Amino acid sequence: MLSRTADSLFWTARYLERADFLARILDSALRLSSMPAAKVGPNTWESVLASAGVADAFYAKRQTATERTVRDFLAFDPDNPSSIYSCLATARANGRAVRTALTHEMWECLNDAWHGLQNLDAGRTGRDAFTHFLEWVEQVTLVFDGSARRTMLRNDAYWFLRLGGASERADNTARILDVKYHLLLPEREQVGGGLDHFQWTTILREVSALTAYHWVYRDRVKPWLVADLLILNPQMPRSLASCYEVTTNYLDLLAEAYGSTGQSQRRAHRIRAQLASARINDIFQSGLHEFITGFLTDNAGVAAAIAEQYLV
Amino acid sequence: MPCYDEMHGWNGRTDVRDVYEPIQRWLEESPPELLEARRRQAEILFRRIGITFAVYGADEATERLIPFDIVPRVISQAEWAKLELGLKQRVQALNLFLADLYGPQECLRAGIVPEELIWQNPHFRLEAVRRPPPHGVYVHVAGIDVVRTGEDSFLVLEDNVRTPSGVSYMLENREAMLRLFPELLERQRVAPVETYTDALLATLRSVAPESTRGEPNIALLTPGPYNSAFYEHSFLADKLGVELVEGTDLFVRDDVVYMRCTDGPRRVDVIYRRIDDDFLDPLVFRPDSALGVPGLIGAFEAGNVALANAPGTGVADDKAVYSYMPEIVRFFTGSDPLLENVPTWRCREPEALDYVLNHLAELVVKEVNGSGGYGMLVGPTASKTEIETFRRKLKRFPEGFIAQPTLALSTCPTFVESGLAPRHVDLRPFVLTGADEVRITPGGLTRVALKAGSLVVNSSQGGGTKDTWVLAE
Repeated sequence: MLSRTADSLFWTARYLERADFLARILDSALRLSSMPAAKVGPNTWESVLASAGVADAFYAKRQTATERTVRDFLAFDPDNPSSIYSCLATARANGRAVRTALTHEMWECLNDAWHGLQNLDAGRTGRDAFTHFLEWVEQVTLVFDGSARRTMLRNDAYWFLRLGGASERADNTARILDVKYHLLLPEREQVGGGLDHFQWTTILREVSALTAYHWVYRDRVKPWLVADLLILNPQMPRSLASCYEVTTNYLDLLAEAYGSTGQSQRRAHRIRAQLASARINDIFQSGLHEFITGFLTDNAGVAAAIAEQYLV
Repeated sequence: MPCYDEMHGWNGRTDVRDVYEPIQRWLEESPPELLEARRRQAEILFRRIGITFAVYGADEATERLIPFDIVPRVISQAEWAKLELGLKQRVQALNLFLADLYGPQECLRAGIVPEELIWQNPHFRLEAVRRPPPHGVYVHVAGIDVVRTGEDSFLVLEDNVRTPSGVSYMLENREAMLRLFPELLERQRVAPVETYTDALLATLRSVAPESTRGEPNIALLTPGPYNSAFYEHSFLADKLGVELVEGTDLFVRDDVVYMRCTDGPRRVDVIYRRIDDDFLDPLVFRPDSALGVPGLIGAFEAGNVALANAPGTGVADDKAVYSYMPEIVRFFTGSDPLLENVPTWRCREPEALDYVLNHLAELVVKEVNGSGGYGMLVGPTASKTEIETFRRKLKRFPEGFIAQPTLALSTCPTFVESGLAPRHVDLRPFVLTGADEVRITPGGLTRVALKAGSLVVNSSQGGGTKDTWVLAE
């Protein structure tokens, strides 16, 4: 397939994944901010900016982080290239340029979402309407994902789409962990109390993993198990391990189809092997923060290798 | 002005032509609310699928819909049979004419067309002289604009042989009718149009150059998402199952065209290009063009790639050359034209100019190189000042203009604000020419002028479209 087409598919999936991620962290922030302030800690909305990785861009506009400003910036701001609005608009522009590579259902999903954005003002007022908007965004990504799964040919187009999704997803999970790593450090457990519990469950909510956590560990929420779930557990679809199962799987299919293996395959397999052999205790011992920072760099390296090998 | 109505025959009559009988019944039976609801459904449908056209100079948020009218335009089998023969003959003549212009130029020596009309034509390409395209086909895809002025009178208004567009509307309009009014289509045997893309694919494959190894690799070359017809480009590429490429996706090495693919370069044999000659190859045409592919014309001249349509076809659909089409058809096919031209005064001829200047208020004057309904004077509806401005233009540069009588284009019932009303229509059938045969899908794109009394059907001037039915029995 055309390199440009593959590139657009890769990025369409990334933008949708990011929109979904933003919707989820905003959703969990709304929940958190309705808790009594004592249990929640200082400023929920500042930490939301940090989780989304856009704090610098936000403060560059000289704003203070309140529910309204953060909501507007993350959800609706067309000048913020990482807002939900921008993500959906860019995904649609990308999709439009390579429409032939999308199925009818996928295109209609992107196009409907974009038209939905055009008459959006209602979503700005009131918490109900905003919650509804966030649910709608999650629906859009579910429909797009489901359409891809149900209607696309299983060929390189599908593989590039899935690679983009996995790459962005791994990045998002790692960023959440990076922002919140201090909450997960073992000594915090001694502190105990409601604050930590809410913070940990918030992390799980941000990646829609709260229910999964209970099923997997059948235990109360403990910080190192949260880290284990999000980093090493291959059953958890947002874990780094799971994202790398997906990535290596589709990169292998590409290598087989094109009859050659390159940097991207080698790098991805190295990361997957690391994740498969790591123990959460060892990660804590050698430093959770260092581990996450290293992962973010490696993950970006894989995306760059994919681009160089296939997309230009 | 009396004019022919597709449904009732001559205007003012209330009886209904046989071919419109089922539509008349359907209109009577269906409650107005239902039709109105369906009309809105159609609009939502088109917007969802994304059948829009971009408006130049506006940002992406202003993608516009071409209005779709739910009352179909019907053509009987007998009418179509005659039209089809006439269209084939005309396009055959156009291809032979181009082969001659860029080859032996017998028609110039025989005085069929004045030489200066060709030499001064900006669309005549020296690069194409004595370099016949693969299999000798110049115009693979033609859109011939036909108007009806009476029971048996179909006239050619314009030949479009560069990169004619609109075929996606022909296909999507039928899709919309099938979705919205399946019961109406069941009542009559309507010839299918969905075969068009198969015919186009067969046409493109048939012209693959000799150097092609195995299955020809076909690509559709688009200027990109900001082009007004981008929707159509991606729609067709999808239906054809060929890659939709932009200039940057292609490169030329040793006179061979390749596309940049995830698994390495892949050779391209046939390019259905939807960008104008000027932008094809910055090495040959406009050096500032970012749309084209450097070296593409070299590859074409080396016979390693077929371009559809071939470079240089624009010389044949110029409005001044148009006026010579009856003679061109006779010269190259040896028979009288089956489809007539609209009578045309060539302002380059002193007597004609004289006549035109004295009758400006009743004529339509067009720029020889204009298109899209821009730069023309419609005498009967123009103001005194407009007429005088045009008179000065004409005197200064008569070669740049032709004039035609104001035609009473046929009307067809159409939904407007006030309900059902007659509106003027034309018809653009698409004619495909391959190395093997000429293919025409029954029907075409019917365009309708939505303003009362307006004769301008172009979408850029507020025109709409209708589904076009050719009845099968």
